[in-house]
Amino acid sequence: MIALGTLGFLAPWLLLGLLGLPILWWLLRAVPPAPLKRRFPAVTLLLGLEDRETTPDRTPWWLLLLRMAAIAAAILAFAQPVLNPSDRIAGRAPLLIALDGSWASAQSWGARQDKLDEILQFAVQDGRPVAVVTLSDGPKGDKPFGFNSADNWSALVKGLQPNAWEPDYAPWIEAVTQEDAFETIWMSDGLARDGRAGLLAALAEKGDVSVVESGGNLLALRGIGIESGALTTTALRLDNTDAAAFSIKAEGPDPAGITRSLASVNGAFEQGLTESVASIELPSELRNRVRRVALDGVRSAGAVVVTDDSIQRRKVALIGGGSEQEGAVLVSPLHFLRKALVPTADVIEADLADSLQATPDVLILADVGDLTATETQSILDWVEKGGLLVRFAGPRMASSGLGQTDEHPLLPVRLRAGGRTVGGAMSWGAPKALEDFPEGSPFFGLEIPDDVSVESQVMAQPDPNLAERVLASLQDGTPLVTAKDQGAGRVVLFHVTANAEWSTLPLSGLFVQLLERLAISARSGVLDSADLAGTVWVPEQVLDGFGLLRDAPALAGVDGARLTAGVFSAEMPPGVYKSGDLQGDGRRVALNAVAADRQLVAETWPLGTNFLTLTRSEERPLQALLLMAALAFLCADVLATLWVGGRLWLRSGVAAGLVLLAWPIDPAQAQSQPQDDAALIQAANNTVLAYVDTGNARLDDVSRAGLLGLSTELFRRTSVEPVEPVGVNLETDELSLYPFLYWPVTDTLRMPSSAAFEKVNSFLRGGGLILFDTKDSNIGRGLSGGTPNGKMLQQLARNLDIPALEPVPEDHVLTRAFYLLQDFPGRYANANVWVEAAPPDAELVEGMPFRNLNDGVTPVVIGGNDWASAWAITENGRFAYPVGRGVSGERQREIAIRFGVNLIMHVLTGNYKSDQVHVPALLDRLGQ
Amino acid sequence: MTLPEQITPEQLRHDAEEIAAGFPALMAAADQLAATISLGAHGRRRAGPGDEFWQYRPAGAGDPLREIDWRRSARADTQFVRQMEWQNLQAVHLWVDRSAAMAYRGQDNLPQKGERARVLGLAASILLAKAGESVGLMEDPQPPKHGRGQITKMAMRLATDSKGADYGVPPSKEMGRGNRALLISDFLGDWEQVIAALSRAADQRVQGCLVQVLDPTEESFPFDGRTIFQSMSGAINFETRRAKALRDDYLARLAERKDKLDALARRTGWQYMCHHTDQPAQAALMWIHNAISGPAR
Repeated sequence: MIALGTLGFLAPWLLLGLLGLPILWWLLRAVPPAPLKRRFPAVTLLLGLEDRETTPDRTPWWLLLLRMAAIAAAILAFAQPVLNPSDRIAGRAPLLIALDGSWASAQSWGARQDKLDEILQFAVQDGRPVAVVTLSDGPKGDKPFGFNSADNWSALVKGLQPNAWEPDYAPWIEAVTQEDAFETIWMSDGLARDGRAGLLAALAEKGDVSVVESGGNLLALRGIGIESGALTTTALRLDNTDAAAFSIKAEGPDPAGITRSLASVNGAFEQGLTESVASIELPSELRNRVRRVALDGVRSAGAVVVTDDSIQRRKVALIGGGSEQEGAVLVSPLHFLRKALVPTADVIEADLADSLQATPDVLILADVGDLTATETQSILDWVEKGGLLVRFAGPRMASSGLGQTDEHPLLPVRLRAGGRTVGGAMSWGAPKALEDFPEGSPFFGLEIPDDVSVESQVMAQPDPNLAERVLASLQDGTPLVTAKDQGAGRVVLFHVTANAEWSTLPLSGLFVQLLERLAISARSGVLDSADLAGTVWVPEQVLDGFGLLRDAPALAGVDGARLTAGVFSAEMPPGVYKSGDLQGDGRRVALNAVAADRQLVAETWPLGTNFLTLTRSEERPLQALLLMAALAFLCADVLATLWVGGRLWLRSGVAAGLVLLAWPIDPAQAQSQPQDDAALIQAANNTVLAYVDTGNARLDDVSRAGLLGLSTELFRRTSVEPVEPVGVNLETDELSLYPFLYWPVTDTLRMPSSAAFEKVNSFLRGGGLILFDTKDSNIGRGLSGGTPNGKMLQQLARNLDIPALEPVPEDHVLTRAFYLLQDFPGRYANANVWVEAAPPDAELVEGMPFRNLNDGVTPVVIGGNDWASAWAITENGRFAYPVGRGVSGERQREIAIRFGVNLIMHVLTGNYKSDQVHVPALLDRLGQ
Repeated sequence: MTLPEQITPEQLRHDAEEIAAGFPALMAAADQLAATISLGAHGRRRAGPGDEFWQYRPAGAGDPLREIDWRRSARADTQFVRQMEWQNLQAVHLWVDRSAAMAYRGQDNLPQKGERARVLGLAASILLAKAGESVGLMEDPQPPKHGRGQITKMAMRLATDSKGADYGVPPSKEMGRGNRALLISDFLGDWEQVIAALSRAADQRVQGCLVQVLDPTEESFPFDGRTIFQSMSGAINFETRRAKALRDDYLARLAERKDKLDALARRTGWQYMCHHTDQPAQAALMWIHNAISGPAR
């Protein structure tokens, strides 16, 4: 092979044929074109004239050129030219392919995998041993590389996933130095990182190192907080040359618990800046639900921030005892509470009735003694529904005699009459300090400042259950904070005042921490390692490399100190961690892949580093193109020769031109037009089964054939008489006209736009039914949960309004809508079929064969039995694909068709068959 | 019984339709062309046979009694004779070449030579008929007649093609002395035949004009390359290696032919004009009109 710039020839010797072109030129020139025949009446005048010049007439130069071009193109074609001969690393030495495998590579993971495939293919061709390692995983075992034949690797690398954390190069440097010589291709994520230079040096010692980097810009989100009521996050990027826009999406559960996009905002990077601050304004109810903020369209853990308590702002209602007097601000019972809560919570200050109207999360009664019976009852109702009532003691409360005779429902303990005072001017003893918080208390681990002392308090009556209700106590063992559960809610009593009258507690930072631990106020500021030392945190949800939150696998708890260090690894992936203490209301801490002080800096590789492009198969063989060009030249030559010879009439020439023009029109282009009116009217006037046009021609053909088969069977067997099925384009077509959509889901599916999802959701809400078919029968489901198609379906479903599901119960309407069925095979007969779950209160009534199940139609039916293939018929009415074998196969197909009939019946008649359970009762009534 | 010669009504109708196909268009074109020339007075400005009143003159000896205008005479003592303006009646014989050579056109946007020739001939006839003169075709053995009916008949005949010959030759016809003749052709046929026909007409002391209709291609000869030139029927072939080289010779021959025609016309007192199909027909019609209705030379 020789190469000229970006062009290479695989059979260069054939290029010698080009030398023959001049001879051809001379030959072609010598042969005159055929004479032209012309009608000419004045020929009589010509008779007898002599030709003066005897040189033969010449072939026009452009015709010669055309012919030469045709021949030259053919010669070039057979020399097998290749454009951009790929930057393959040829050789025999073992090849190490090192992937950074961090969140920063997730964004271009597809391209990376393609490239990896390509490298492996070349390695297979070269027959060299290969090892593929993900650097972020850390070296495993004695032989972390495990050079093996490239064939083996090509199967293994399909399952490689990026991690949400970044690699630590130090252990790898050690591993590399122990290995024999090899060459390296480093698929880097492009971020500068400590130790990268060291690893590069270590690899370079073993052999040549080539680096693959993504050409695209790297985007990330850093940190999340609340500034003046809006969620604020910072978007980062690597390349700051151009201004660019981005969009940020906040997601969280809706009241039904389904994750939805709650808000989205657009932001823009200014030219030259790598950071841009974006803020999302949301009402506090919505804001508290936000779980995940992500850059739209960027699949990477770095482009996601998960939220924790720090953005949860509680609504806190403050009610003080007695009227506040002007000038007595510092002694107001609410002053210190206000100071502590206003920055981190939404504080309501109104009278009790109005406060409860606003459904606060927390109600704080500071030194409120006497409540009327109605007020007590309304607070109690609110607490039992899950409210947190926090009371502070005080002179008014002590004097009211509340809870002294028997246990008051709004007090955690019985109180002694009178309270006590220590260390005052009129009493003996020193003010009491606090005892360390016991293990199991929500306050456990907080450091108690020396200057906190208590002079007065209300005393708890010793009761058998007092000990378990104490959250904090003084050094002499008297309770300082007590709590009890009341219904779904909780009542907490501080035995001191909320101002500095009885203790110095409100003056200290501990006061704020106590409130924080009670989850009254949101956590403020950054995590403090001292604060967390000794605590154990359990991951609740973790981020995968693509930025999706997954339920945490069984990971061991993480020490609080390590949490703050922010060094992620397989043991501590980014995600949401929950404090492991025994109390139910543990705090949640979100650890994001991009640290709060992180800047994205591109790695600067040493000069002379060999770079490979990430784009795959740039190598383009040009032979076919050139042969086509030669053919086109020859066709043009035919036309031109005819024209020169006067045998080409303009009209036929124009027609030929039109044919040539019409030829390359892509039929797919015509398909992408939205439906015209005729199609809409056709759909509106008839029952039309529809399938989702996935753009994959083969898949769509199967869907179409399948629905055609089903339509035919429906026509034959039932009074449903559908017309030809249609494919709908989710982006452009109107869905409301179709009762039923068949949606084959494969991993190659292109994600529809959010507008399309909106349309599908309104289709589902409007009573439409979608049959999702993963067509894989869940075969090949690994430990990671789901087949590739299944994962795609999960991604789709995340955007759809899909209720809770269950496998089709035995008494579902689907089992008897037309035929009596118990299983629902397609080409496969194994996979479960899922429908909307029955309401939990559905129960079997005595004497009825079926439960009285939900009204309406299940919006989705999900399965993987590849029904379309079982239903599919060819144009002449035969079944297109085999099902099973022999008689049992035919039986399976029959059941598959019956399932289709039942399904359509269910779509069209809803719960009609379910209502049949009432028939005996109706007959009974008619009989009377 | 066999009747091979019998013409069925269907055939007759088919033939008739074929013949009449070009006729309305030809009539319309000719009418339109003729309308562009407004007719002036054609009187001879002297007393003679005619339809228009000229003058009353006192009756003299020898005037027949029936010529006396009694109404005028009653107003005076003497008798008056009513005299009409003398209007001379010309008989014009028309020949339009409809041979195959006339069906030629060099470019699609130009009319065929034959088309132009027919339109010119018929338009001239219409003008003459309007002026009251009688016209007739040379291939028609009948003497010329006047009136619109004659025009229609001529048009029907002109709308047909004379099939067969490559080049047309004017037919011989007995023409009255002093009659006029209008010959429209490309005159590209055999020179001997042309000169014989023209001499025959001139011998009958008929005056007239020759209108040579040529296509611009025949004037410019824009051909090149190895070419076989064919007459319209394909009967005459001429092959050249390089047509461009013949151009000068051809143009010289064409000029010679035109000169000969002009000289012939001059010698016999005729008038000659060469008309090209890319020129407007009006100019040619005007020339023809002036040439025919002008005084005899």
